[in-house]
Amino acid sequence: MTFELETAIAPEKLRRVAIDPVSRVEGHGKVTILLDDDNKVHQVRLHIVEFRGFEKFIQGRPYWEVPVMVQRLCGICPVSHHLAASKAMDMMLGVKELTPTAEKIRRLMHYGQILQSHALHFFHLSSPDLLFGFGSNVAARNIVGVVAAHPEIAKKGVLLRKYGQEVIRMTAGKRVHGTGSIPGGVNKSLSDGERADLLKDIYQMVAWSRDAVGMIRQLFEQNLAEYNDFGRFRSSGMCLVRADGAMDLYHGGLRARDTDGNTLFDHFNYGRYWEVIAEDVKPWSYMKFPFFKSLGPDDGSYRVGPLTRVTQCDSIPTPLADKEREEFMAFDGGSVTGATLGYHWARMIEMLHAAESIKDLLHDDDILGHDLMATGQRQQRGVGVIEAPRGTLIHHYRVDENDLVIRANLIVSTTHNNQAMNTAVREVAKKYLNGREITEGLLNHIEVAIRAFDPCLSCATHALGQMPLEVAIVGADGRVLDEATRDHRGLTRESS
Amino acid sequence: MNNTFQLDGEEIPFTPGQTIMQAATAHGSYIPHLCWHPDFSVHGSCKLCTVKVNGRFGSSCTMEAQPGMEVENRTAELDDKRRTLLQMLFVEGNHFCPSCEKSGDCKLQATAYELKMMSPHFDMFYPDRPVDASHPDILLDFNRCIMCGLCVAASREADGKNIFAMGGRGLLGRRVHVSSESGKLADTDFAATDRAASICPVGVILSKRRGFVVPIGRRTYDLAPISAQVTEKAP
Ligand code: SF4
Ligand code: FES
Repeated sequence: MTFELETAIAPEKLRRVAIDPVSRVEGHGKVTILLDDDNKVHQVRLHIVEFRGFEKFIQGRPYWEVPVMVQRLCGICPVSHHLAASKAMDMMLGVKELTPTAEKIRRLMHYGQILQSHALHFFHLSSPDLLFGFGSNVAARNIVGVVAAHPEIAKKGVLLRKYGQEVIRMTAGKRVHGTGSIPGGVNKSLSDGERADLLKDIYQMVAWSRDAVGMIRQLFEQNLAEYNDFGRFRSSGMCLVRADGAMDLYHGGLRARDTDGNTLFDHFNYGRYWEVIAEDVKPWSYMKFPFFKSLGPDDGSYRVGPLTRVTQCDSIPTPLADKEREEFMAFDGGSVTGATLGYHWARMIEMLHAAESIKDLLHDDDILGHDLMATGQRQQRGVGVIEAPRGTLIHHYRVDENDLVIRANLIVSTTHNNQAMNTAVREVAKKYLNGREITEGLLNHIEVAIRAFDPCLSCATHALGQMPLEVAIVGADGRVLDEATRDHRGLTRESS
Repeated sequence: MNNTFQLDGEEIPFTPGQTIMQAATAHGSYIPHLCWHPDFSVHGSCKLCTVKVNGRFGSSCTMEAQPGMEVENRTAELDDKRRTLLQMLFVEGNHFCPSCEKSGDCKLQATAYELKMMSPHFDMFYPDRPVDASHPDILLDFNRCIMCGLCVAASREADGKNIFAMGGRGLLGRRVHVSSESGKLADTDFAATDRAASICPVGVILSKRRGFVVPIGRRTYDLAPISAQVTEKAP
């Protein structure tokens, strides 16, 4: 991967736009662009203010509280944190294997989460860009616009999400911030009535998820050149895979490949993730930059999430999704597998996989079982890794002999993707913004690139589809040429 | 005159010597309360049980029932004052219900729901209170203490041990303390089987390693509001 444009050659001549983390809401995104005398883009950076205070907050708390407490980290995928923390605490308790009921209930919860989060990400947040165009009229470029222009598509999106939330409610006890998964197992299984309720609609959900894959495929067919090229760059990748190399979003070993597709490590025990991953710090960003140790900080960045998972697994263990994976891999000679917007296609394949997996689990009597908890030989440390909707999520805790957490380290998917998002934003800025005046439409191109990875940087849904973004163009003399902010009030600009 | 009084217009029988609270509870009528427990001597500190007797305020947990009393209980005026008391309790401690395992089983939370408390209203104090995890079986999280004194009473009256004591100065310093030289629970003869181990109405005194075992929907106050669960044999 190249780091061109990340750092200006003679930045002293350019005024740096500082960000003040205190004035920013959690996860606020800011893009700064520096121009030279010829109005050429000289430096592009995506600053993300990450909320790291949580790791401190957890210190001194009893371990059994952690899976419930960490859900507050994210408004879109609290269940991922709930499960990753539970898995870490399983390990800490020495539980090597959950009971079949516990394992399947947790998987059901996780697939429900994938379904609802992917539906939200694609239909509510991204489909307006894809259906209307990246620079289209901002007034209609939102879910309400989709409802008006494509009511059938919008309806499916809303109902898919709702179904996923129902799965979560029945397994976790609540749609958001439930308590279902506890260290060593779960606190409930499904009743006959709950299973029957979910079975009623699951076939429809599978069918709609399949339609969604068809829809993004069609969009690619119609806009192949633009979609393939948009924010494109070569990258290494990492994800969990099952022992046989198949996709497994809940559990497995780590697989990493470099930009040429060569294996860097495979089936690596995530309990020792620090042997293969380190985190780099850059002076201009509060968010860390993780990298593969074997490649070093300069070349070792990687991406995570749907695109990596779908392209790096050997197969998907549900038939419809696996067929879609094969077609995706073969499409246009495999070109889409490296496209930033290929994330959306891969995301919909995963949504289909989640729906099929829910269907299979609903037909498994173990989900009605009553053997919920397992025990083991207590350890001091626990690592839990899960493939969250947006990518690999790592939770790592040390617990003292009095059962209190003394250290916590969390690496969320946004952090793994930090460098990748920076690169994608840079590619887009170079191509679309170069020397031009900022319009809302151009600014949205940057947002489209970020949104391929992350629906909203903050792990906070309060600004649904209205990711706060700032762009500043600064001339070589330090003069701010153009500045634009996009937030809940829309686009505000200050040009000098 | 026979031994009855009126509670919000309902006739409540009593035996001489019973308090208004005892008689109402025996009859299945709910008077909001936090520091009163049928098994232990009256503490009379939370004032949540305040009622109006013949037009004058009084604590129903301390006031003896008298024939013909007119007692106002769940009036808008009284519930309003109770709500304010609750809000003060919430801001004086660190009550973070979403990640508290007592959620759904907590009397403070259930009472707040009962009285339709929608927000803390006042600024949070965020007092600096410790967690004592020294005991092998029991965790003490003083962040949530509402100073009801029930653990003090249970340890003394039921367990014969005197493990807990009220202490500290000032609004922020005052809370329950462990009566051992080190101040640590591990240095007492406290046992998980003590009555005091299961008496706390909020989430201070907790069994270790078994959080969140009861799923949402099956916890005490998921099943029915606190006002519908009036029994003389509270846990
Ligand atoms: S620890 Fe619990 S029982 Fe003891 S005074 Fe505090 S709130 Fe009451
Ligand atoms: S219950 Fe009467 S003062 Fe607390």
